[in-house]
Amino acid sequence: MNITEKILARASGRQRVVPGDVIFANVDKVMIHDVSGPGVIKVFDKLKKQGINVDKLWDPTKVWVAEDHFVPSADMVSAENIVKLSNFTKNYGIEKHFKYGMGQYGICHTLSHEEALVLPGEVYVGGDSHTNTTGALGSFACGLGHTDVAYVLLNGKIWFKVPETLYFKLNGKLPEHVMAKDFILKIIGDISTEGGAYKTMQFGGSGIDEMSVESRLTLCNMTTEAGAKNGIVEPDQKVVDYLTSRGATNISLVHGDDDAEYQKIYEYEGSEMEPIVAKPFSPENISIVREAPSVELDKSYIGSCTGAKYEDLEAVAKILKGRKVKIRTEILPASISIYKRVMENGLLKIFLDAGVTVGPPTCGACCGAHMGVLAKDEICISTTNRNFPGRMGHVDSQTYLSSPLVAAASAVTGKITDPRDLN
Amino acid sequence: MQSFKKVKTIITPLDKVNVDTDQIVPKQFLKLVQKSGFGKFLFYNWRYDDQEHLKSDFILNDSKYKNSKILVVGDNFGCGSSREHAVWALQDYGFSVIISPSFADIFYSNCFKNGLLPIILDDKTVEKLYQETGEIEVDLENQIVKTSSGEISFVIDLHKKKILLEGLDDIAQTLLYEKKISEFEKQSKIPSVL
Repeated sequence: MNITEKILARASGRQRVVPGDVIFANVDKVMIHDVSGPGVIKVFDKLKKQGINVDKLWDPTKVWVAEDHFVPSADMVSAENIVKLSNFTKNYGIEKHFKYGMGQYGICHTLSHEEALVLPGEVYVGGDSHTNTTGALGSFACGLGHTDVAYVLLNGKIWFKVPETLYFKLNGKLPEHVMAKDFILKIIGDISTEGGAYKTMQFGGSGIDEMSVESRLTLCNMTTEAGAKNGIVEPDQKVVDYLTSRGATNISLVHGDDDAEYQKIYEYEGSEMEPIVAKPFSPENISIVREAPSVELDKSYIGSCTGAKYEDLEAVAKILKGRKVKIRTEILPASISIYKRVMENGLLKIFLDAGVTVGPPTCGACCGAHMGVLAKDEICISTTNRNFPGRMGHVDSQTYLSSPLVAAASAVTGKITDPRDLN
Repeated sequence: MQSFKKVKTIITPLDKVNVDTDQIVPKQFLKLVQKSGFGKFLFYNWRYDDQEHLKSDFILNDSKYKNSKILVVGDNFGCGSSREHAVWALQDYGFSVIISPSFADIFYSNCFKNGLLPIILDDKTVEKLYQETGEIEVDLENQIVKTSSGEISFVIDLHKKKILLEGLDDIAQTLLYEKKISEFEKQSKIPSVL
């Protein structure tokens, strides 16, 4: 069995599972946020009306709550949703509620690793499609709709069909100017936005071994854009160190067997990878940065679970140090813990000196919620994950998806720019 | 949840692939969580112009399709965000069946929680369906789509079929068997924690 199959077999009390098996798995962790949470509350209300007992959750210690999409409250409706969410966690005794304005908070998928909320080998589900991110820690992580999340909250279990696995092998390190984001955009361009539909996308090979945990998180995060059920990387000492330094204990790793099977294996040579952008209006619509259309950008947006981890912001600082931005540029660290390091390590000064607006952690304009959404005809380069029509604002705005390095280099020139081509 | 057995209307052909949930219900409406009333936001950016007037060139605004309950669309329908609002909006607008060569995983699953029937038919059949101008009938019991040119059968998981036919959403259904489940669990060897 491969790693995903092993995790699912263990969680369902079976010796062995094969792709296509339908299993009932114990869930280890569940996440809701300020969009899926109120949706789940609605489902609970409906069940209550039907006479079903929803007084208790299966295990409040395994549930955690993020405030990220519309916070700091973007308007009155979002403010009310935050109140609803707060009442919910209070009533059900959920202690892990990361509230904005009260210390650590941030984007749900960032908290999952920053706070070591999910451990290798665990089954983790969340009310958000990018829950796949956390598979980079060697766990089975996937997104669910509100009703399914409500079910898990009450029962602690959910069914899955064991997915087929596509294996992406990266031979050798990525060059210095190429980031994990470039690699995953290349993959999505190759297999299309439905190439991973209901499949596992697993990453391995010497290039992945060399990669930091945060880069692997970027890979798994974007598997959602290929339609994958989950993304996963076999955990190693780097993952153990990463989680231990964030307070995790009792880490036990699950690995695939030597004779693990994959539906298909794709191989990539690290040294051949190039900076990539995905042009409007799909993550599969890729181009090498040096061959990208010469458009006048209006904005560079550096944020989200995909592109505002500490490592991402370090890459941005490398470019912006001693330079000025030519277009409106926003940087929104994905959590308070990252924000603090950005401040402590001098990145904040580099950003502000370059002319950037630094905002609070939030999903913000990535999902077109607030904090810098796009006007009609505005063109943005962004470290986020989706560029469907209207994703970041007006339906006639355009978003180019890129790595943090490319977004920063483009902020300096006002055009889509390969970091190697900066003076 | 309302049960679903049969529906007979003309189809609404929406010949687009990769229609993501933000096209189905744009993000500005996600803050609302009542399940009803989302129909007016369905395909919002395609249906309305900047002044919120109906765009005459968008198919849903053609009065011919006013009573259609069957949406026929291209590949990978419902990709993107996991928002269940997308299903609520399609239903509230009046659709009870969506036919496509493929659906995004979370969207497909969300349909059954709310009584919306997603039908997967192959590319060629969907291409042909786009041309269908008369009424077609979708018969879930017999898993058949009846068109002017004949009957097309479709595949659906038996359990999901039952849920729709009986109008039971899975939570309600499962919780009705709570006693049996607890008894089973007492005897099962599934570890309660990993």
